[in-house]
Amino acid sequence: MKKFTQVTGIVAPMDRANIDTDMIIPKQFLKSIKRTGFGKNLFDELRYLDEGQPDQDCEGRPLNNDFVLNQARYEGSTVLLARQNFGCGSSREHAPWALEDYGFRCVIAPSFADIFYNNCFKNGILPVILDEKIVDKLFVELFDNEGYELTIDLESQCVKTTTGEIIPFEVDAFRKHCLVNGLDDIGVTLENTDSIKAFESKHKETSPWLFGAIA
Amino acid sequence: MAGKTLYDKLWDAHLVKQREDGSALIYIDRQLLHEVTSPQAFEGLRIAGRKPWRIDANLATPDHNVPTTDRSSGVEGIEDPVSRIQVKTLDDNCDEFGITEFKMLDERQGIVHVVGPEQGATLPGMTVVCGDSHTSTHGAFGALAHGIGTSEVEHVLATQCLVQKKMKNMLVKVNGKAGKGISGKDIVLAIIGKLGTAGGTGYALEFGGQAIRDLSMDGRMTVCNMAIEAGARVGMIAVDDTTINYVQGRTYAPKGEDWSNAVTAWKDLHSDGDAVFDNVIELDAADIKPQVTWGTSPEMVVSIDDTVPNPDNHSDPIVKEGINRALEYMGLKADAPMTSIKLDRVFIGSCTNSRIEDLRLAAEVVKGRKVADTLKQALVVPGSGLIKRQAEEEGLDVIFTDAGLEWREAGCSMCLAMNADKLGQGEHCASTSNRNFEGRQGFGGRTHLVSPAMAAAAAIAGHFVDAREYLS
Ligand code: SF4
Repeated sequence: MKKFTQVTGIVAPMDRANIDTDMIIPKQFLKSIKRTGFGKNLFDELRYLDEGQPDQDCEGRPLNNDFVLNQARYEGSTVLLARQNFGCGSSREHAPWALEDYGFRCVIAPSFADIFYNNCFKNGILPVILDEKIVDKLFVELFDNEGYELTIDLESQCVKTTTGEIIPFEVDAFRKHCLVNGLDDIGVTLENTDSIKAFESKHKETSPWLFGAIA
Repeated sequence: MAGKTLYDKLWDAHLVKQREDGSALIYIDRQLLHEVTSPQAFEGLRIAGRKPWRIDANLATPDHNVPTTDRSSGVEGIEDPVSRIQVKTLDDNCDEFGITEFKMLDERQGIVHVVGPEQGATLPGMTVVCGDSHTSTHGAFGALAHGIGTSEVEHVLATQCLVQKKMKNMLVKVNGKAGKGISGKDIVLAIIGKLGTAGGTGYALEFGGQAIRDLSMDGRMTVCNMAIEAGARVGMIAVDDTTINYVQGRTYAPKGEDWSNAVTAWKDLHSDGDAVFDNVIELDAADIKPQVTWGTSPEMVVSIDDTVPNPDNHSDPIVKEGINRALEYMGLKADAPMTSIKLDRVFIGSCTNSRIEDLRLAAEVVKGRKVADTLKQALVVPGSGLIKRQAEEEGLDVIFTDAGLEWREAGCSMCLAMNADKLGQGEHCASTSNRNFEGRQGFGGRTHLVSPAMAAAAAIAGHFVDAREYLS
């Protein structure tokens, strides 16, 4: 997995609550059996005026010029600033895959849906939860300043503005450890093989019906 | 010391290792797999040279991409080449790793969340995961059931464990008796209307109270299915005789001595009387009327005798903007009566409402009546091949087709329109599924979530009506 220590980049606004994963990556693109290539279809229904198809070349498709990611000032953005309950809905990991493939490394919002939040960490994306009032303020600064950038420092757990403001955030220690070091968490879990085996044999003794029914 | 909640009990019984930072390794008893969220997980296993930890913990079936029309030519008959590859990939992966799969032509095939319980592959006291957010469905059995992402599907395949942080406990109590014609769907939509789509975030929900106890397992599954629509990954209901009677005799359920030991263990799967919840919300079942969503989020729901909300009645700018945007997308006018909303299509199916009881209710409404001729299509899609057969044995298929509804093969179908069943742009659909997000049932499609009885009544009337008028 890609490491995340510190990222500085242009911030794009997603000024809308309850952005669901169907919106982040519509279902027709879920038919892919790969993990990559979803970036061109990120926010497909908002970004283009026609209905996108999997494996389609997106070059000549009609763009919705009102949509933020189609505006020149947000080109190359790596940080997404969003509203509450970002990533709700379907558990599709294609949502963080699409964000990552597009180039986003960090999403900042007042709250996230649980499964999406969790999925981000597995894909080198840092979801940062900041107080609603702070998010409001960042939106104002962002709209007022073309080329607005933020620095997100995971090691010291803070967001830094170009004016020198430092906004701390919380993140749980284990997820941070995996992301900062780019660890494969299956590998980390398998270090506990003995504990898992010990649990399993005890579990089998107390609840034998949970084993072997499906051959 | 205070007693334990059901969630506490399930958590403690599966705790492999607690880390100091609050994260924990939880043992997973059952993983259900389908074609959409598993290919990258199997690929990950192969790349890392890993094998599944326990093959017998897994059960697979394709559901999202399968056609619901003629299936006689099997996987090769799936017209969309991308869908075909995905279904074939599941078949190949299950063959390669030795995982039991109900393939497309197997009568036991169906929507994972319908198939698991139907086969007794979901049991009380289990931890159940699936790469699908509606895995909360299985919590209806007093199980701890999580929806997970694809990386976690791979993680569970490889380690039989999931890294979790313990959630908070919330009790959602629906007191008293629900009125006649009020189903689990109306109850859960009313709950979501009250709690909001993020109200349950970070919580494990337990549904309790008399109206929940009174539900059959089919109804309880409908309620738990939509816990995720209130933001909760997990929803659950305590075990009682209804649960045990449902499980008994199912293919993968325990037999003989195991059965009696299991039943003894399962009887403890309820929250202790003195358990403390971090949050409790209560509803009065008698207040719940048939529910219909008007907007693009499941929390945008009202009773059938109500009107479309008016943004001017709200002061919070984000809420106002949300209502405005939803009204525009849905093509609705503020203050219009819900009964004035005309429909283009009706969909009865999905892991929320495609079980036998749902089909019986819908059939009761349409029996001897005809679908409105303004309707373009009314689909009935059973949740599994076995439910399809049972419905046919009961003659429900004939009731549906006589009334002008289409009777289809099992799968997810128009719930998310990954197969050929979808809405056209701007079309309104009365749907028994669980999500009314923009584009969910087809590009530009407009979804209204309702119960099976309400969908059936809407099919007859051509617009929303109170289904209770159609029930004897
Ligand atoms: S029926 Fe709908 S919600 Fe259920 S698993 Fe299928 S697509 Fe998902």
